[in-house]
Amino acid sequence: MIDKRTQSMSEMMADCPDLKDGATVLLGGFGDTGVAVKLIDALRALGLSDLTVVSNGAGGGEYGLALLIQSGSVGKMICSFPRSSDSKIFEELYAAGKIDLETVPQGTLAERIRAGGAGIPAFYTATAYGTPLADGKEIREFDARHYVMERAIRADIALIHAATGDRWGNLTYRATARNFNPVMATAASTTLVEVRKFVDMVPAEEVITPGIFVDRMIEVGDYT
Amino acid sequence: MKLSSVDIARRVASDITGGSYVNLGIGMPMLVSDHIPDDREFILHTENGMLGMGPAALEGAEDWDIVNAGKQAVSILDGGSYFHHADSFAMIRGGHIDISILGAYEVAANGDIANWLIPGPRPPAVGGAMDLVAGAKQVWVMLSSHVSKSGEPKVVERCTLPLTGVGCVNRVYSDLAIIDIVDNGLIVTAMIEGLEREELQTKTGATLNFAPNCEVLKPFSEAA
Repeated sequence: MIDKRTQSMSEMMADCPDLKDGATVLLGGFGDTGVAVKLIDALRALGLSDLTVVSNGAGGGEYGLALLIQSGSVGKMICSFPRSSDSKIFEELYAAGKIDLETVPQGTLAERIRAGGAGIPAFYTATAYGTPLADGKEIREFDARHYVMERAIRADIALIHAATGDRWGNLTYRATARNFNPVMATAASTTLVEVRKFVDMVPAEEVITPGIFVDRMIEVGDYT
Repeated sequence: MKLSSVDIARRVASDITGGSYVNLGIGMPMLVSDHIPDDREFILHTENGMLGMGPAALEGAEDWDIVNAGKQAVSILDGGSYFHHADSFAMIRGGHIDISILGAYEVAANGDIANWLIPGPRPPAVGGAMDLVAGAKQVWVMLSSHVSKSGEPKVVERCTLPLTGVGCVNRVYSDLAIIDIVDNGLIVTAMIEGLEREELQTKTGATLNFAPNCEVLKPFSEAA
């Protein structure tokens, strides 16, 4: 019987070769909404090094991603908006030259991940043409418009936050806590999901992330 | 005499055709949502995954799963929908958003816009701005003041700050004027009451042309 539900965080993180030094990690969420905070804490506890973390932001406050960065596990961030009123931990390390940053337009970031999950190695977008973020990238003209070539992002691990999940790994999300989560779930070798609630079965018509994209899940309850 | 930010927002809202799909940038453009005329319906898109965005959530009744691109708690209106980031930016990049309304540091007579980066020590953050200006059918810029605090024009011949997009701005609304950007330059379609054309020109870094039926703008309180 297929059952992707785990009962403890140690079971969740055990025997997972993709959790390794130098791994590329996708973190769902937008601001504080839809972030797999408990999985990020568990990742931090592993004490890995030289991770490349892909996330819309670079963490704020003193929790979740900010603490992962502070722990020294992260060598590089790939973000669209690595700055907020309380992104102090990342900004200090960035200013000290202790962490690398690749700034990517938000839609290009989403599409690079989507492409990675869909087996498309690169694509062209008009976004960022003529700007510093296109420097060094291939430019092509299609139908009298200029486009920038962008490479797909494939990761070793994705940490996803969902609303409900069933034993097959089918997921739903709630409101704008969906954000990057369903896209990132498709683009990693191992996709780990924290769900607010396990359910017997997500009705097929309501599945947002089909279970094929999910490896393991843990139930974490509501945050609010 | 000049228009307040609220006056500008009211005017922008009144210029949006019913049935339009509109993305409002963080900051001043958000004021537009408070002034949607009663005689029409248009649908607000927020790039973190919602159509049908409604007003800010009431204090004490925030649902932190329902946030806007500025990470503020908002509401969703009847007929709204949620979707993931790749779909959200497919709406933008695919030309399905009718109007993107943003703030800017500089707008040029050739339609270039600079609104994401003032070079400095802080990490560069772009968010969805480059996707919005490249993808929306129309790009409107709101300037709370026609010139900077030090008196420098914000509407210029060529941008000096790092670009967000090239040749993409269609219209500028400032506290002094409404200016359309067309193939051969700038056309003032409306100007604040009592301002001489020469004075507007001295506050602008590129040559202005004036529409034959150039409208006279009045602050809302004066016009009422």
